[in-house]
Amino acid sequence: MANQDRPNPYFRNLNAKVAATPMILTTMIVFVGCSLWTVIYSFSASRALPVNEFVGFAQYERLFNTSRWNKSVENIAFYGIFSLVFSLVVGFVLAAFMDQKIRFENTFRTIYLYPFALSFIVTGVVWQWILNPTLGLQEAVRSLGWESFTFDLIADRDTVIYALLIAGIWQGTGFVMALMLAGLRAVDDEIWKAARVDGIPKWKTYIFVVIPMMRGVFITTLVIIASGIVRLYDLVVAMTAGGPGIASEVPAKYVYDFMFARANVGQALAASTVMLTTVLIILIPWIYLEYGKKKKG
Amino acid sequence: MTTMEAIGPRPKRILDPTRIMIYSVLIVAALYYLLPLYVMIMTSLKGMPEIRLGNIFSPPVEVTFEPWIKAWDTACTGLYCEGLKVGFWNSVQILIPSVIISIAIASVNGYALSFWRFRGAEVFFTILIFGSFIPYQVMLYPLVIITRELGIFGSLAGVIFIHTIFGMPILTLLFRNYFASLPQELFKAARVDGAGFWGVFLKIMVPMSPPIFVVAIILQVTGIWNDFLFGVIFAGTKNFPMTVQLNNIVNTTQGVKEYNVNMAATILTGGVPLLIYFLSGKYFVRGIAAGAVKG
Amino acid sequence: MKSIEIKDLSLNFGDLKVLENLNLDITDGEFLVLLGASGCGKSTLLNCIAGLLDISDGQIFIKGNNVTWKEPKDRGIGMVFQSYALYPQMSVEGNLSFGLKNAGVPRAEIAERVARAAAVLQIEPLLKRKPSQLSGGQRQRVAIGRALVREVDVFLFDEPLSNLDAKLRAELRVEIKRLHQRLSNTMIYVTHDQIEALTLADRIAIMRDGKVQQLDTPHVIYNHPVNKYVAGFIGSPGMNFMQGKLNGGDKPRFATGQLNVDLTRYNFENGHALDGSDAWLGVRPEHVSVGQEATQKAFSHEVAVEVVEPMGSDTLVWTTLADQEFRFRMDGQKSVEVGETLNIGFDPVSASVFDIQTENRL
Repeated sequence: MANQDRPNPYFRNLNAKVAATPMILTTMIVFVGCSLWTVIYSFSASRALPVNEFVGFAQYERLFNTSRWNKSVENIAFYGIFSLVFSLVVGFVLAAFMDQKIRFENTFRTIYLYPFALSFIVTGVVWQWILNPTLGLQEAVRSLGWESFTFDLIADRDTVIYALLIAGIWQGTGFVMALMLAGLRAVDDEIWKAARVDGIPKWKTYIFVVIPMMRGVFITTLVIIASGIVRLYDLVVAMTAGGPGIASEVPAKYVYDFMFARANVGQALAASTVMLTTVLIILIPWIYLEYGKKKKG
Repeated sequence: MTTMEAIGPRPKRILDPTRIMIYSVLIVAALYYLLPLYVMIMTSLKGMPEIRLGNIFSPPVEVTFEPWIKAWDTACTGLYCEGLKVGFWNSVQILIPSVIISIAIASVNGYALSFWRFRGAEVFFTILIFGSFIPYQVMLYPLVIITRELGIFGSLAGVIFIHTIFGMPILTLLFRNYFASLPQELFKAARVDGAGFWGVFLKIMVPMSPPIFVVAIILQVTGIWNDFLFGVIFAGTKNFPMTVQLNNIVNTTQGVKEYNVNMAATILTGGVPLLIYFLSGKYFVRGIAAGAVKG
Repeated sequence: MKSIEIKDLSLNFGDLKVLENLNLDITDGEFLVLLGASGCGKSTLLNCIAGLLDISDGQIFIKGNNVTWKEPKDRGIGMVFQSYALYPQMSVEGNLSFGLKNAGVPRAEIAERVARAAAVLQIEPLLKRKPSQLSGGQRQRVAIGRALVREVDVFLFDEPLSNLDAKLRAELRVEIKRLHQRLSNTMIYVTHDQIEALTLADRIAIMRDGKVQQLDTPHVIYNHPVNKYVAGFIGSPGMNFMQGKLNGGDKPRFATGQLNVDLTRYNFENGHALDGSDAWLGVRPEHVSVGQEATQKAFSHEVAVEVVEPMGSDTLVWTTLADQEFRFRMDGQKSVEVGETLNIGFDPVSASVFDIQTENRL
């Protein structure tokens, strides 16, 4: 009766499927395939080249017995916590101030955000120069007459991590501020009117009403910057090259060095698997929250 | 004392202490953000003897553009002393095809995901978005093997390929969300009018989307220009992008450190994304905000 | 002759049944309105007819052709959308000719058809403009024009007037009616606005939960709703419903509280009343008489005025009848005060009785 061909379900939307092929291949081969490959070969005895000889957790044992790796983990944890807390707090405060119908808002925003347009290499090089112990900020203050002033963070093993923090926060806080400002602007104006009529002070409205309403923005920002911190690499390379000694080494640099400079692929793969695990620990609760919400909604 | 009867506009206090506090904080923060830019420019315009006097904040007594010329033309990156210009042109060569290819693929992708949903599409998209949070280091070695097998490791094609892959999550998200915000009825009307997959895309959707293409271009230009890791691994020594060369100039262990040349080189390297940032303003903000919008 | 025939059409989204075993025959030149609350499946059905949604089961015929698996462009339909869906970057002319260009119609013919449609809709001066330079009413005219140039037999309207303000809506409503009288195409028109449905339709299909509740002329639907849902949906202000019992044998009565309504003259669907069963009695507010007139009706009673809503031409009065909320309409010129006592009455012939369980008309 039907004088037409029933469309074959595999060829329905054929154009869309062809168009999505790069995405499907990227997803399956790169994000899923390559990650799995790395995890699997992190259990191998690979040295200069990957080999199929599997040795269980031997690479991980060696990894966690390497002082450079342990220092890297310690550094990234310290750097991560400090820069997370600092950039969230400062970013939010700046955004809240920017939201007070101030003049020159665009100018301020342009100033706060421009470092984010710069690469970590540029950021690292500039701050390396400013923090230069012989000719930088320290010397400039001393030449003003304060002879005992010391600010040689970058040259000291114990403080070099603060130098990285100063640069990292300079580069990234504007981004947090921009996200927070967008979040604040999305808060319904009537909330503010209601709070004003009810006589609630502004700071209280922020803490008890607005911040809880912005939970989603906070969590998203947190996940984005946290997963950015885990891959911190360029900044260290440009600013301290991991030094003095191994005082400012980070995991991503460990992976790179063992993979390409030291020809110890097994170690690099084990280290990157640990990085992956860290990101999953950050991501999974977030995914769970996102999807839990959707199901209920 | 007579109390004034309230009439007319409420009198304004000119020096409200809260406002003063707010502006002070904003200005102090702005100075912290501007300081490195100031130092960069000042240092790049000084001669080395003046720098050795040790005040990085003082403006140059004698302005010289010598460091800029040297940074561009003759600064040494390891063995070669051909300046940053090599890196600049390498970056341009990497940038242009990467931006075009990644945006072309992602825009069609986002369009297919918004209007031509097929079974499983959302699953791949979700993996793609969450995949973008995986540290690059995890995928580096297998990608080296893949590009080597494809014969493009250590070449322009190799690094362009990698940029296309890692640009895909954010760009697809950007385009998908944009196209999803367009009225579905427009798509339906075009289908009743007989336009197919490519007809709807090229004749209806693309002409409606210049703003989002601008956002995508800004996102990709700054992202790719600022890349270091992929350039150093996949581009090959001959094709090192500007960031890699800058790092080589600054952190080379040979010779005397020429801070003025270093700073001139830094400004040159940061110049392209900064220019884009200052010119595009709100589009840049929209681009980074897109990263925070959930899929 | 049948213009559109829908046979056993079903549509599921996963486990969700959006349309269920739907059958619909539409004759040539008919103006059919699909009416229902949002989410009833009326727009979904229209999208299925247009081929914009793939159905799960059943068949669709347009002009005798099985179009079940055909692309929208090959079905011989034109469609007008709620948001107008004009292509923003194209001029009015470009909007009108886009479909014809895609179909490979020769240029001269495109120009001719566009000119003809523009003349019909009086949009000739607008042809070079962009949609953003048009008013809402003009945009909707262009959207109709886009369907017109296709020179098809069937027009589909998806809530075309919902985005317009009340005055413009009334104007364009008449214009669509004129257009139909002039072109005599088959038109299927989706709306949630009962005034649009009653004024435009040859027949109305009232839908609920993916099923057609009643398919008939506006007159029949208004006077003989098949169930309580349809009765409540059509008419504004809505019908009064009183809960009670049927009894009285050969002389059927509806008893609620202390009241008895004589239903001897009411036409029961199966000829007689079911003695002793629970039922709803539905009375339209506009079928209630007040004062002297009321005493001549088969049922009359004295009530106290509780709330008065003047609406200009008439006034809506809220009261209580047998402990149940009751509204009636009276002449807007007569003054009425809260607390006042009025005599009201109605004729059971114009009332409706529904079963309390099935809610079907008795």
